Amino acid sequence: MTLSYTEFEVIGPYALLTIWACILLLIDLFIPRGQKWVTALLSAVGLAVTLGFTLTQVGLEREGFNKMVVVDGFSTFINALLLVSGLLGVALAYGYVKRMGLERGEYYTLLLFSVTGMMLMAQAADLIVVFLALELLSIPLYVLAAFNRPKTESEEAGLKYFLLGAFATGFVVYGTALVFGATGHTNLSSIVAYASTGTSGLLLTIGAALILVGFGFKVAAVPFHMWTPDVYQGAPSAVTAFMSSGAKIAGFAALLRVFSTAFPTLAAYMTDILWALAAVTMILGNFIAISQTNIKRLLAYSSIAHAGYILMAFVPYGNPEVRNVSIAAGLFYLVAYAVTNFGAWGVVIALEKAENKGLEIADYAGLGRKYPALAAAMTVFMLSLIGFPPTLGMVGKFYLFRAVLTGGYVWLAIIGVLTSLVSAYYYLRVVVTMYMKDGEPVTERETWLSITTGATAILTVVVSLAPQSLFSWAKDALLKLF
Amino acid sequence: MEFLLQPLTLLTFFPLLGVLVLLFIPSDNKSALRWTALVTTLVTFGISIWVLTQFDASNVNLQLAAQYDWITVAGWNIQYYLGIDGLSILLVLLTAFLTPISILSTWTAVEDRVKVFMIFFLLLEVGMTGVFLAQDLFLFYIFWEFTLVPMYFLIGIWGGPRRIYAAIKFFLYTMAGSVLMLLAILWLGIYGGTFSVPELIQQGNIPANIQWWLFFAFAAAFAIKVPMWPLHSWLPDAHVEAPTAGSVILAGVLLKMGTYGFLRFNLPLFPEAAVRAAPWIALLATIGILYGAMVSYAQSDVKKLVAYSSVSHLGFVMLGLFAMNPQGVAGAILQMINHGLSTGALFLLVGMIYEQTHTREIKVYGGLWKITPVFGSIMLIVSLSSMGLPGLNGFVGEFTILLGAFGSQAIGNTAYAILSALGVIMAAVYILYMFQKMFLGPQGEIVDEVKKHGHALRDLNWREIVTVLPLLVFIFWIGLYPKPFFALMAPAVENLVKMLPLP
Repeated sequence: MTLSYTEFEVIGPYALLTIWACILLLIDLFIPRGQKWVTALLSAVGLAVTLGFTLTQVGLEREGFNKMVVVDGFSTFINALLLVSGLLGVALAYGYVKRMGLERGEYYTLLLFSVTGMMLMAQAADLIVVFLALELLSIPLYVLAAFNRPKTESEEAGLKYFLLGAFATGFVVYGTALVFGATGHTNLSSIVAYASTGTSGLLLTIGAALILVGFGFKVAAVPFHMWTPDVYQGAPSAVTAFMSSGAKIAGFAALLRVFSTAFPTLAAYMTDILWALAAVTMILGNFIAISQTNIKRLLAYSSIAHAGYILMAFVPYGNPEVRNVSIAAGLFYLVAYAVTNFGAWGVVIALEKAENKGLEIADYAGLGRKYPALAAAMTVFMLSLIGFPPTLGMVGKFYLFRAVLTGGYVWLAIIGVLTSLVSAYYYLRVVVTMYMKDGEPVTERETWLSITTGATAILTVVVSLAPQSLFSWAKDALLKLF
Repeated sequence: MEFLLQPLTLLTFFPLLGVLVLLFIPSDNKSALRWTALVTTLVTFGISIWVLTQFDASNVNLQLAAQYDWITVAGWNIQYYLGIDGLSILLVLLTAFLTPISILSTWTAVEDRVKVFMIFFLLLEVGMTGVFLAQDLFLFYIFWEFTLVPMYFLIGIWGGPRRIYAAIKFFLYTMAGSVLMLLAILWLGIYGGTFSVPELIQQGNIPANIQWWLFFAFAAAFAIKVPMWPLHSWLPDAHVEAPTAGSVILAGVLLKMGTYGFLRFNLPLFPEAAVRAAPWIALLATIGILYGAMVSYAQSDVKKLVAYSSVSHLGFVMLGLFAMNPQGVAGAILQMINHGLSTGALFLLVGMIYEQTHTREIKVYGGLWKITPVFGSIMLIVSLSSMGLPGLNGFVGEFTILLGAFGSQAIGNTAYAILSALGVIMAAVYILYMFQKMFLGPQGEIVDEVKKHGHALRDLNWREIVTVLPLLVFIFWIGLYPKPFFALMAPAVENLVKMLPLP
């Protein structure tokens, strides 16, 4: 088999990053311990170059490998976001792994492999490829979650993530098998072609539902969220920061593509299910977050809650008039969430000490007086997570709720805004502790960490005031439908 | 440059320049920080006077409009749109007027984290001015929500003992209302294809049953802010715990954002629903007037007394607005200003005595007039203004409102006006009670208490007199010659009332 130019185009950025990661794995062997900054630098360069390559593909629409992998506006957007997340992940990890004694070269290569899996996920147009990508993105994350071995919390996180992740993957595979049984295809475009003849029936519906369950695990939607708080808390913070954004983006990308492309005929059933999933996720995530005292767990529940908000964008997926608006809204919200989330985790990392110290919300007391810049940044992130102006989170919610209302789901929107109100309570508690209680916090000052938190804070505010270009990019990031 | 030099843009965002300067002043140079903030707000006030000179009261449309496309992709049609008209000009002036006064009042009261305090105060001014000027719903929402953040910090950091509780309560209560408004704004944006308020008013074809829901969603946000009975419970907490300057701004301006919201959005955008709701709102307003006055009388904390009196006074404003005739609405707008001046002054004065005694319990005071004659006299004038003595500002506003409410077609029942008139008498009861207990009669125990700490109670100093004097000028001016104030808004009010489909 020979590669055509089109096929090269389709997997270009993905292949580049994979090869880079493989080479880096070898190079790393020759980099002495204590000099691992070289690996970090090289992985960042790899991500940056791939990002550049991806950006040259804006507007490109191609399919390759018998329609198993595609590149379109949607995948380019998602991939760019994933690569930026990767870069932020490296920047946050750089000082952190050194300080926590985790500085091993494979950290960065595992991160790169995970990013490649996520990218493939965004481009997959065949259920088999979706499965491959899911494994490729998950396995490095399982290892990363347990990276702080032999700390029990970290090992527990890794094991838990692995077991439940494997379980979730099982659902996806089983669903794929049933879909194949119902339609005789695994390719998304062939599935929809077959399904629209109307002969598939119950088996297809069950298959699609199982796939939804599998992805529900990955994006941490209620009731498949049980693993999230423990894994987020146990895993090293830098890993959690990357995982909570990256895995969510990839999971939602796959969910959107698979359902919009392959299962539009099931929209009548799926819309109600998605509606309920979104509502329950928002409600439960936000309410349980109220009682958290550990900042990592708080952010974990916040991550669950945000999965609910993003899920709202999926509810009208079967309605062709609203679909594009809501996909754009979902993409924009993913950007807003990723930027804010990385920033917030940056602050968490700045305050974390060895032996899991400095992770209680109470440890943030006095931050506003002693480190005004850091506290101001955290305030921006908290406001953004609430959805308060002038931050990206607010613009994101505005966009998202508009999509939901356009789709006619007024009650879902009402649940959405009311749970945002609930979320204000626990996010504000962090702000209260920082500014209104006295304490003597100690923070770590690391160049890359400061740059990351500073840059994400500024982006959160500035882009919210000038979102025009990001809006138009999200709008053009359309799914190529067959 | 053209964008920045628009008078209204300049007026709104000039305080940001002050914030920028403040950032570069070291935190321990407190007097430089104070002067910078004061000068910034004074210049902002100067800009507002300049805007006033440019303003043509006979023109009922928006003036000095700064209108630019902001976000116009992906089906969005959001504009940066500021404008001023007869409905908002007085409130804008009030905001610019009260902010420097509040800053002046913090001169010795705020010693801790002065820099951050001033930054938040200037940010708050940006938000408040923006609320009164924004003509695009998206922009309005941003300013509206944004005002919460600095106020939340002002209460939470510099407030009294229960400040954290009060700050969070204030934030959550207000946000609870505005999230529903957010959905209504989005709905209007989808339905009308624009967020521009004048355009939406002009389209004006929202089906009656949907109007009802939208009216309700907007009203939820504004009624909490006003606050209307029974949504007022955040107010006493926030007022009592806030630092003096915070209380002044809260009572003086922030509450007016709620009544202004009804005036600017609820009445013209949903006229049918508004007319339908008028009797109900009048009922709630009347309950608020009586309830506020009664609870006020029962307070032992003077700041709480003033706080509850706000519930009562803003009841009058709501009654006037929903009387839906020119007298009622004009009276309501004037009463918003009056309440800002009188209650603002009351909070300032209470703050001045609190700074010396550190207590607000009414019962420990007594016979203050003899010891502090200037303070006592000013307090008397302000109290009389607050209870609506003829010749002072409060009377003009309340009288006009009651006149409007009495002849109101929309309310349709004179009982509300009659009951509300009782509120005026009750105001006299609680205000005079407070004055009598604190300033007349035998010397209170606090006088000796203060002496024990080595310094006697002193009268107002020059800075304090300068702080309240401007307020007194307007209290008399509006009381004796309100014509220029009515003239500023009358055409716009007439125009608004004409749009309402009265039964």
